[in-house]
Amino acid sequence: MSNKIRKRISAKPKARARVFAALGDKTRLALVARLCSGEAASISQLADDSKLTRQAITKHLGVLERAGIVRSSHAGRERLFQFDPEPLENLQDYLRSVSKQWDQTLARLKSHVEK
Amino acid sequence: MDANRIEKRIELKAPVSRVWQALTDFREFGQWFKVKLEAPFVPGQVSRGQITYPGYEHITWEARIDKMEPERLFSFTWPHVKSFEKSDKPAGYSSAPRTLVEFRLEPIPDSIGGGTLLVLTESGFDALPADWRPEAFRRNDGGWTEQMKNIESHVKQNP
Repeated sequence: MSNKIRKRISAKPKARARVFAALGDKTRLALVARLCSGEAASISQLADDSKLTRQAITKHLGVLERAGIVRSSHAGRERLFQFDPEPLENLQDYLRSVSKQWDQTLARLKSHVEK
Repeated sequence: MDANRIEKRIELKAPVSRVWQALTDFREFGQWFKVKLEAPFVPGQVSRGQITYPGYEHITWEARIDKMEPERLFSFTWPHVKSFEKSDKPAGYSSAPRTLVEFRLEPIPDSIGGGTLLVLTESGFDALPADWRPEAFRRNDGGWTEQMKNIESHVKQNP
């Protein structure tokens, strides 16, 4: 998927929900974990590593690709899939900053009620 | 960290009744939250005030009070906006995505020290776009990076 298309997808308001939904499944999490090393893998390589059929893997990769977590490229007759950390990093960054703010706010509440 | 919610647990050395008052009395809330509120909290109604945290005084605080179950649960929803303009109230509050903030209180038995367990959760972050990069947080979060840049440009301009 091109960068342009990915940008457009991730700018959609529902994209975040899609990322959560995509990761809310054990099989897909396992696929993401497998691809996390950064190395691209083909469907047959991924099928060799697991008990799933090629068909099942293709379906799950489709969900991950639509969420922007995984992207694919063609290498000859094969399609290679690669992990794309960007959508996850966006989410995590924002939650981290909100989380940090709560730490500070709750620390002020603590000293307020304990004084 | 769960990607869709924030949860904080904090033990407070104060009875539940005291913590409840600090949370739900609008003047007390304002003291530790750093916001000057106009009126008491009422479930179902919007609460508004001016942030008093140094550097953020131009920001209007706004939340819709959700539940007030005495000494158990205080909750509200609030908008997440991308940037705070110079004008006191961001135009986007009414259409901005909202998250739910819940404060749950539980007494800690005296036999293990007493006090209150406060569990804060903020949930509903899946309502925000995936490319969410608000300016206010970036400014806050990147405090030191920003300061280093200021020093760098100051030094460059004043060799």
